[in-house]
Amino acid sequence: MTTAALLVLADGRFPAGTHAHSGGAEAAVRAGRIVDSATLADFCRGRLHTSGLVASGLAAAAAGGHNPRDLDEAADARTPSPALRRTSRKLGRQLMRAGRAVWPSAALDDLAQACPGGAHEPVVLGLLALSAGLSPLDAAHAAAYESVSVPTTAAVRLLGLDPFEASAVLARLAPSINKIAEGGTQAARSGIDALPAAAAPLLEITAEDHATWPVRLFAS
Amino acid sequence: MHLDPPAPFPHRHTHSAQPAGAEPALRNGGLRALRVGLGGPVGSGKTATVAALCRALREEFSLAVVTNDIYTREDAAFLLRAAVLPPERIAAVETGACPHTAIRDDISANLEAVEDLEHAAASSGGLDLILVESGGDNLTATFSKGLVDAQIFVIDVAAGDDIPRKGGPGITTADLLVVNKTDLAPHVGSDLAAMARDAEAQRGSRPVAFTSIKAEDGVSPIADWTRARLAAWKQETVAL
Ligand SMILES: Nc1nc2c(ncn2[C@@H]2O[C@H](COP(=O)(O)OP(=O)(O)O)[C@@H](O)[C@H]2O)c(=O)[nH]1
Ligand SMILES: [Mg+2]
Repeated sequence: MTTAALLVLADGRFPAGTHAHSGGAEAAVRAGRIVDSATLADFCRGRLHTSGLVASGLAAAAAGGHNPRDLDEAADARTPSPALRRTSRKLGRQLMRAGRAVWPSAALDDLAQACPGGAHEPVVLGLLALSAGLSPLDAAHAAAYESVSVPTTAAVRLLGLDPFEASAVLARLAPSINKIAEGGTQAARSGIDALPAAAAPLLEITAEDHATWPVRLFAS
Repeated sequence: MHLDPPAPFPHRHTHSAQPAGAEPALRNGGLRALRVGLGGPVGSGKTATVAALCRALREEFSLAVVTNDIYTREDAAFLLRAAVLPPERIAAVETGACPHTAIRDDISANLEAVEDLEHAAASSGGLDLILVESGGDNLTATFSKGLVDAQIFVIDVAAGDDIPRKGGPGITTADLLVVNKTDLAPHVGSDLAAMARDAEAQRGSRPVAFTSIKAEDGVSPIADWTRARLAAWKQETVAL
């Protein structure tokens, strides 16, 4: 019954603002680290196993009923870069807006009231999954998938990459996406302090630099 | 075929207008700012129109502007340099290489900018009018009704006098079609009478304004249209 709700939530067309973000892909393209579908796959694998895993754990914990305010602090602690924190809160605020219209709930209203400037995106995603009747594992899947779908969509636009090859990159990552989602969900069962804290220093550093570019296609 | 002119404001879409986690910043008892989108191809004169509109209307109304630059902050920077409004009344939205997505398919970043402007202005009496300039796109790019209450589509005579004939959602459905840069018509051999005929064929009785924004008072037809929309908006809101 709820599988279809997961498709709605994870659809790249879900109007929550991610289309204007590249998940670090724009900086990686400029630096010559993403040049084709093979290097895009490398980039995505790295992002999935670091920020993707962290996001999966946070989303699973939020969907599992952990206190979203505490999770928001846990997300801050796992996001050293101020630029990435800003981006995550901005996207969280936009996801909140869409989410409250699509699957309204008192829990979403409460978090929106508590964090008018936006809670971290994976926390909102998890709470939204809960509002949609989805499980923690579903929420973790959505977070893990988004960690690779956002840079892939951006790379298609930035490089004129063959869109079939780009989708094949995502398809080949599917087993890893499942594993990451399961790992995040597993960790969330042991409480907030057990949530993954895998760091991606290069993503943090390039995000800080990217935020200062005067000319760029993507907001992050 | 003649289309009936659209009802002034068929949809209020207050849900989209509802900020997350806060009450909307309303002016004088329940009236939120009218939101007008300006769309049309790159270079047709949208930013020039926004700047001229601000100059023409800022004494009468409380205004703010959202720009949607494609890959820079040029438009916002231009408006700031021209000092048409104070900096806290101008917000720039980044559109991720897809300007039409940001005004139609996924309006979240634009709604956020609109609400931030409303909240920032709340303590000084709120806003009457918010202009949202699109990043410039093709002839099919129109604004979502969840983002704006009315839209202006700006084309120019120098891009070819066959554009009104080609139609498309912007040309046919915008609440006001502006054909700008009429001063260039003699230089580029554009037939303004033919453009007017084609526009009427596409739009029925919906209004079309021929303008030369760069000329003295060139924006006045658009300013007059905007004043009329604002008056209708206030009446409709009072009647609710
Ligand atoms: N000749 C002429 N140039 C104009 C007119 N309106 C705008 N322009 C110029 O057209 C160029 C593009 O205008 P701009 O407002 O930036 O277009 P936008 O991309 O639609 O925002 C600028 O150089 C303007 O000065 C007009 O009525 N006549
Ligand atoms: Mg412009």
